[in-house]
This record gives sequence, structure tokens and C-alpha cells, in this order.
Amino acid sequence: MMVSKLSITLLALAALTTVAQAQEKAADIIARGEYLARAGDCTACHTAPEGRLFAGGRAMPTPFGTLYTSNITPDPETGIGKWSADDFYKTMHSGRFPDGGLIYPAMPFASYTKVTRADSDAIFAYLRSIAPVNQKNKPHELRFPYDNRQLILGWRTLFFSEGEFKPDPKKSAEWNRGAYLVEGLGHCGMCHSPINALGGTSQSDAFKGGLIPMQNWYAPSLTSNREAGLGDWSIKDITDLLQTGVSMRGVVYGPMAEVVHNSLQYLNDEDTKAMAVYLKGIAEPSPPPAPSSALPTTESSLLISLGKTVYDKNCASCHGTQGEGKPPHWPPLANNQSIEMQSAVNPIRMVLNGGYPPGTKGNPMPYGMPPFAGLLSDNEVAAVVSYIRTAWGNRGTPVSARDANELRSAPLN
Amino acid sequence: MFARAAAFAVVMITLAAFDGAAAQTANQPPDTMAARVEACTPCHGNKGEGTSDVYFPRLAGKPAGYLYNQLLAFRSGRRKYPPMNYLLEFLPDPYLEAMAEYFASEHPPLPQPAPSEVSKDLLAQGELLATSGDAGRNIPACVSCHGPGLTGMQPGIPGLLGLRAAYVSAQLGAWRYGTRTAKSPDCMQLVAGHLTEADVTAVAAWLATRPAPANPAPVPKGTYALPFGCGSQPN
Repeated sequence: MMVSKLSITLLALAALTTVAQAQEKAADIIARGEYLARAGDCTACHTAPEGRLFAGGRAMPTPFGTLYTSNITPDPETGIGKWSADDFYKTMHSGRFPDGGLIYPAMPFASYTKVTRADSDAIFAYLRSIAPVNQKNKPHELRFPYDNRQLILGWRTLFFSEGEFKPDPKKSAEWNRGAYLVEGLGHCGMCHSPINALGGTSQSDAFKGGLIPMQNWYAPSLTSNREAGLGDWSIKDITDLLQTGVSMRGVVYGPMAEVVHNSLQYLNDEDTKAMAVYLKGIAEPSPPPAPSSALPTTESSLLISLGKTVYDKNCASCHGTQGEGKPPHWPPLANNQSIEMQSAVNPIRMVLNGGYPPGTKGNPMPYGMPPFAGLLSDNEVAAVVSYIRTAWGNRGTPVSARDANELRSAPLN
Repeated sequence: MFARAAAFAVVMITLAAFDGAAAQTANQPPDTMAARVEACTPCHGNKGEGTSDVYFPRLAGKPAGYLYNQLLAFRSGRRKYPPMNYLLEFLPDPYLEAMAEYFASEHPPLPQPAPSEVSKDLLAQGELLATSGDAGRNIPACVSCHGPGLTGMQPGIPGLLGLRAAYVSAQLGAWRYGTRTAKSPDCMQLVAGHLTEADVTAVAAWLATRPAPANPAPVPKGTYALPFGCGSQPN
């Protein structure tokens, strides 16, 4: 009798422990899912300004019209409350709704297809754990013929290949973890690859840089060291840039500030370092710097001499008379890849619009650059940008007043 | 001999490292709010006193709560002005609070009022609306919320002095058309909805002619009761 009572008690205790362990495990999975959702930057698109978390409704302007993001809270009527983990994985992996409907590729399923089933399940468990919001999805406003979803089939044939990430056995575990994050959840290729007129990127052009449609910011190549290629950066400078938004080599602004603010600052040190190792690894050997091909014409020499005057008056107090800056907060302009790139869009926009790097845990009160659009003429903007692109050993090319003028009307957000 | 050389080398390296650290500290931007808000100053002035551009308002000395609410509204895009929306988009709440405190605590002198270009009759109409309102048309006097001296009330009601007519008129217009909104109940939207274009011109012009008062500071919270509900400053 005693024995059986004791064994029942023990059994009960064992059962309790298992329940507790199971609950703890569920909590762990939800926490991991939240972390992975951050890595995928889901908030940025699925939360409208001042809207409820993940309730969707954010307008996404595209060259084909405006898309509105969907409600991914667990509301059974308007969200994903009726979905199963299978449904969610299918959406992430194959870019199709549970009923088989095609998803517009503004949702980065071409990258998310690389996400493992276990990670997809964790993200789904997290999304199931947040507050449901009853908010109907807004219909997309796409122009003919893009309002015909069947067109997505064509896009998929050209630009989508389904398949989970396959580690490269010749590379380290750290490199592979970085590759998984950069190519999968991080969906870095969505901006850092050239986008053609059909809104697609061919595999061979991955990470080679491109102008982000509608936003008019240039997302530099991640493979060329003459752009944002990180081949000759230290791992610390790369992780600083990703986690805090500022580094000794340069600072993030524009759309990349959003990525750091909403996503990258929350990644742990190991994952950030893994991304840095991978990003440093994909940089291709730079071609030898162009010979002084950009030999200034008479017009550009005039520009550059005016540029020095404008620079000394407006920029030198922060960026230094020799472009040395006071890094990390006031970035150097000499030997700064983002100044010398073939596309001068970003330096022109910085002079016109200024900007703050993102406020992050590592840099909660960033220093900002003043906008000069109201203070400098097109000619002065062109002059100062031409100057910083060619002074102190920089090997960029001069820009024209027309280039500066065209970017005055670029959308700011 | 060898040992001495090695020790010497260690000292040299230590000194070099120390020099490097010192140089780096010296070569950093000043750790001040003034340096951090330099992105604001081409439009709003070094101390938030305003600039020659009539469309950019003075910030200095306004209640910090009011400035903070505006920063939040610009960051979310609820108050629309793309250059401001863009600058603030990725800045955290505590930093916006610090910026608001910074400009609230600056007290550069108010500018001399500019001579008005509108008629005496219109100015008189503006004065009447600002100081007495028009009960028949449900228009409260400006002074009933913005204070007898029009210097505002802590923490959320802004002063109306030191602003140019063009700016005040543009803001009243923005409220009338719904492009500027505040927390519900949006009292200014209600008030502006009752104003005609002539009222707007008159009030904006009269406010711009007001000289600086002896004490331009906003009055403390609770100095007087607001005549109706206001989301930005719950009674």
C-alpha cells in the first residue's frame, strides 16, 4: 500500500515535471521565434505606423502600384488564426497562401524559402502567442496588368527557386550560419541585388548592388570592395555597423537605418559575427582602382574648386579638413567606399537631406547630419559632392548640377 | 642587453597605445545635445530661435511636452512634413524626449515683431478672436488655452509668440484640412474647423505683431482650466 502510494506520488511528480518542461520548452520556442522574426525584420512591413504590432496595412509602393501588407496576428477572421504550422511553412517556403494562391514577391519568399522547418515553426509559434487584432487586409492597388496574380507565375519561373538552405561543408559552421541569416531570414539580397524591369533578380547578380525602386537610394554591392564589399573591413567594424549603425569605416542611413533599427540591433553577438564573417567572405577581389580615368574636364575642375570652398565652410567642422571625420559618429569621407561608388546617389542625397543613423541599444543618441537642400544651390551640391568624391585620394567621379537637381524631388520616406 | 631592449619595446608599445587612446577621445564630437541636434539647426536655428525662413517655427522655450508630442507625430508620419518625417524615423522615444527638453530649456530672446502687411480692420478682427473668441460661432479665444500672455502652459500647450504669420496661418490651414492632427479629442482641429480663411489671416497676422512679454515662459500646469477637452493636455 505504502509502496503504491509512493509510486503514485512519484508518477504524479514526474508528470508535473514533464508538463513544466514542456511549458518551458514552448516558452523557449516562442522566444526563439521572436528572435528569428526580428532577424527577418517582419515588423518593418507587417506593422503600419502607429498601427498594432503585425496587424499589417502598411502601404508598400512598388513600380507596379501599391501593395498593402497583411495581418499576421492570430486573429481567426482577419489574421492567421486558422493557419497550421504546415500552412505557415508553405507560405514561407513556396510563396503560396494555404489555399494555393500566389503571393506577390514583395514578400521576400525567394529568401525565406531557405529558412528551415524548425525555424519556421518557431516563428509561427511566436506569431500565435501575440495579441490577435481584428483588422481586415486592405486590397492592393496595382495597375493593369499587374493586378492579375497569374503573372506571378511567370515571375516565379524566372526568378524563384524553392529550397532550404544547404550548408557548404567546405566552410566553417560560423560562415554557414552567417550565410543562412544573410541569404534567408535577413533577405539582404532584396535590396543589395540589381532589380530588373520585371522586379526580379537573376541568381548570378545576387548581392551585386542596385537602385532600390521607388526609394531612390542605392543599395551598394556586397561583393565589390569598391562599394559596400567588406573584404578589407575588420570583423569588429562590420559587427559595429550591423549592431549599432555606426562604425569606424562608415555609418548607415536611409533604408539600411531601418534594417539596423528594427532588426539587426537585436541579433546576438554570435549571429552578428557570423554574418560579418560571411559578408567579409563573399567580397570578391577588387579590380585595381580605375586609373585617373575621371580626369577632370574644365567644367568639373571648376566644380571641384567651388566644392572645396563649400566643403571648408559647411562640412569641414565635422568631417575634417582632410575628410578624416571623427569616427564612428562623424564618419570619415576620405577612403569611405560609400562616397566613391560609381552611383553618386547616396552622397548627393546625404548632402540634400542629411539624416540620423538609427537609434540603437549600442548608440541610443546618434549624431545627425543637417540637411543642406535649403542652403545650397544645385551647383553647390554638385560641387561639394564632386569635391569629396575626388579629394584626399578618393577615386570617385564628379557629378553634375542636374544629378543634384533630380534628387531634390526623391521621396524621403 | 636583449632584456633591456625588450623592456624598452614594451614601454614604447604601451606609450603608443596610450597615445592612441588619448587621441581618440580628443578626436570625438562633443558629448552634448547641442552637437547632437545639429541636424535641426539649419532650419530652426542653433538654439531653436528660428531662422529667416518664415515656414520653420521657433522651438526655443516651448513646453517640452508639446515639443515631444510633435516629434512623435512627425516620426510616425501623423504630422506630415517629409524632411522631418525622414530625420526622425528611426530615433527612439527617450532620445526624442531629450531633444524636446533641450529646445524647451533654451531661451534666446524673442524676435522683434515685424510690421504687419494686413489692414488695421483685419488686425482688429484678429485681436478680437484671439482675446475674446466668437461664442456665436463656437470659437474660443486663443488666450483661453494658450494663456493670458499667449506663452502657453506646461506640459503640452505651446506659446504662440515669436512665430511668423505665414507659419501660424499654414498650421491653422493644416488643421482645417486635416493634414495636421493631434491626439483625440483634437481640440485644435475643432477650433480651426470653425475658422474662415479671413479669420486665419487675421489671427495669424495679429499674433505676429505681439511684442515679447516680460516673462515669455509657459505658465505651470494647472494655472487655469481649459475650456474643453484636449487630447494633448488632459485636464
